[in-house]
Amino acid sequence: MSAKQYKTVGEEAWKNNVEKVNAELFIFTYGSLVVQLVKDYEDYTAVNKQLDKMGYNIGVRLIDDVLARTGLEKCADFHSTAEVISKVGFKVFLNITPSVQNWSSDGKEFSLIIDDNPLNDFCELPPRAVQDGLWYSNVFCGVIRGALEMMQMQTEVYFVRDVLHGADVSEIRVKLVKVLDEEVPANDE
Amino acid sequence: MTSQQQVQSLLKLDTKASKRSTLLLEQPVTRQRRDKVGLSSFAFLFAEMIRYSQNRVLGIQDLEAKLNELGQRVGVRVLELTMSREKIVRRETRVLQMLVYINSVVWRALFDKQADSLERSTENEDEYMITDNEPAILKYISVPREMASFSPGAFVSGVVEAIASCCQCPARVTSHVVPAEGMPLRTVILLKFDKEVMEREKRLESGK
Repeated sequence: MSAKQYKTVGEEAWKNNVEKVNAELFIFTYGSLVVQLVKDYEDYTAVNKQLDKMGYNIGVRLIDDVLARTGLEKCADFHSTAEVISKVGFKVFLNITPSVQNWSSDGKEFSLIIDDNPLNDFCELPPRAVQDGLWYSNVFCGVIRGALEMMQMQTEVYFVRDVLHGADVSEIRVKLVKVLDEEVPANDE
Repeated sequence: MTSQQQVQSLLKLDTKASKRSTLLLEQPVTRQRRDKVGLSSFAFLFAEMIRYSQNRVLGIQDLEAKLNELGQRVGVRVLELTMSREKIVRRETRVLQMLVYINSVVWRALFDKQADSLERSTENEDEYMITDNEPAILKYISVPREMASFSPGAFVSGVVEAIASCCQCPARVTSHVVPAEGMPLRTVILLKFDKEVMEREKRLESGK
């Protein structure tokens, strides 16, 4: 399927096949969670890690939701995977479509560029959090990693820059480490 | 890095970030800028919040208290935001008006519908109940049998508790699942107002 077809799949699913909830409720709730984590851990690196972990737990479940809603099949290559994440995954859950850019020459790494991250609405980081490198939306990384692992792809996913740190756009780097053999999923806790 | 470099890099970050935040703060909030996200996104997030909280508490009551706390931070913000959108400059400080505000405006802002009923308890006059027959955000949370008394609506009760306290009507707010015919998730948010609130109400009432 071409990028354009994936776009249609995502838009159709969003329009007809997705129950929706008020975006602001979601945004505030996420904010409240991050505040809780900052209070509990008192260390921004640990918060990043916890957000990633929670994202991973979400990702391993979310992938079924995506497949069920869209009827998509396993991607033929990593390029289509990237397109599905941006045009179907992000679309169906958050109604945004990050662009896929900066492919590495071996075709195993790409960046998702998000210029309008819903989680950033109403959010401003204190200078301390920026300096210590809190990735406010780090949950995304975990979600992508978890979802791809369920599709037998082991990946590294991390934030490169973030609007909340003063960058023009947010960038998430996705790197394919290896393709796993079919096996029983590891305990996700 | 020398300390001077550190200061400089911090300053640089700070100006960059504050440039953005000025933009952010200049954005109008009177109209909702972003309409919807997927309900499953919320459900997944909420489930993780419950799981995370559960790992840090010992009992069901503590778990509900944790969720309540998470909801409170949402409540404070929602109150501010809805007030500015409804162009209200003064907070409701009377119990009934405040409850009506929660029942209609807040519920609409969060769940796109009014709550299904607002009642006063017949047994205790300091108790009020807001009922939602079908809380959409709890739809995908299934409570295991051994935790039957746990009500995930504790998150919503946190939202209500924060608003009550902002309106100078502090109350203990709890949530209870009270299933009814065809409405398995029917949730009752119970507000028990502090003594001084009820005394003040009586005073204001008789002063009229």
